[in-house]
Amino acid sequence: MYNQPLDDAALIACPHCDLLQRLPDLAPGASARCPRCNLELWRHRRDSLNRTLALTLAAAILYLVANSFPMLGLTVVGHDASTTVLGGAQHLWADGREVVAGLVLFTAVIAPGLQIGFLLAIVLGAHRERVPKWVGLLLRRHPATRTWSMIEVMLLGVLVALIKIAELATVIPGVALFALGALVVVFAAIQSSFDPREVWDRIEWSDATP
Amino acid sequence: MVRRDTVSATGVTAMQLGLQRCEGCGLVSRPVHGDAEGRCPRCDDGVEYRKKASLQRTWAFLIAAAICYIPANLLPVLTTTTAEGAASDTILQGVVLLWSPTGWPLALIVLFASIMIPSAKIITLAYLLISVQRGSAQSSEQRTRLYRIVDLVGRWSMVDVFVDAFTAALVQLQPLMSVEPAPGLFFFAAVVVSTMLAVESFDPRLIWDSSSAREVRHG
Repeated sequence: MYNQPLDDAALIACPHCDLLQRLPDLAPGASARCPRCNLELWRHRRDSLNRTLALTLAAAILYLVANSFPMLGLTVVGHDASTTVLGGAQHLWADGREVVAGLVLFTAVIAPGLQIGFLLAIVLGAHRERVPKWVGLLLRRHPATRTWSMIEVMLLGVLVALIKIAELATVIPGVALFALGALVVVFAAIQSSFDPREVWDRIEWSDATP
Repeated sequence: MVRRDTVSATGVTAMQLGLQRCEGCGLVSRPVHGDAEGRCPRCDDGVEYRKKASLQRTWAFLIAAAICYIPANLLPVLTTTTAEGAASDTILQGVVLLWSPTGWPLALIVLFASIMIPSAKIITLAYLLISVQRGSAQSSEQRTRLYRIVDLVGRWSMVDVFVDAFTAALVQLQPLMSVEPAPGLFFFAAVVVSTMLAVESFDPRLIWDSSSAREVRHG
């Protein structure tokens, strides 16, 4: 059974304290905070959809580079070894640590990939005159992909590992490492340019008979 | 329908007016015939006043995390094999090994991410849960801020899992030296995941519910 929408579309509830309030019309770049718990309720981003599309395309390219080239290599007295992002998960799996391998694969490869894919589809769908319902389906799941996509945490982990190993052997940073560094920056830029509210405001409603 | 003048400075919550906020798209809507669980007319997600069984679920994940926390810290996470033999390190031993005149900033990062953050997270969530269950109406703003901090920093605990995964993947120089993951890593990853799930199950609006009820009674 569908709930009834309110007459006043500007009426919102704070997600952290449930305070009912009216969202003011904000100038681009301005933001509104909850007067009770100080949560940022909305920031009106400039040119949100176009910027997000450009950044997400950049992220997709960096993601492909990061996952197809070696990330770290090392040499010590004639021995060579190198690893990719996938290699980290693969080795754990081969060692019988399947659960941890799955977690590394999910947080370092699958979730970031889903995050990029979802965003691309959302932004492209939102460019249509009438935003189709399936965009909402992806937009609803988008925060979860962001929670579990841990590129920045992995990069810190790789840097710690790199410095740890540098005491024993010569470590060669690979192309993928630089791509990951750039990807962290691009993800941060996406986060500050994407405005889900803009998409929700124009989406086709599930309950067609209001 | 809600009239404009019902929203005043006293602060009424959506639930007090019988309105539900959709978790998926943020739309506020009114359930028909006092039905507690309806669907969002905009995005078709199920809507409810508060996250379902929030306290029970958060406690369950939190207790699981606290139990796994013990083997995560006692069992080794890495085994290093060299010509001289094999040695296993726990997380804390890994920090001690990293501690050197040049490496101490790294050791601090790992210490914070792997030992301080998980334990602080478990204690903070337990405090939030207990304060909500006791119906505390005090310092709600600070408690909400605590919740946001826990939500923000929790993911960084994963750093040790990545350090160990990539160290093991790279240091494969048989017969010279090789590094393999050890059983503690599983429990450590379990702590990180279950605390993250605990944070996700917790509904911060519960922090405000006891003070909201009070305000309306006085108003």
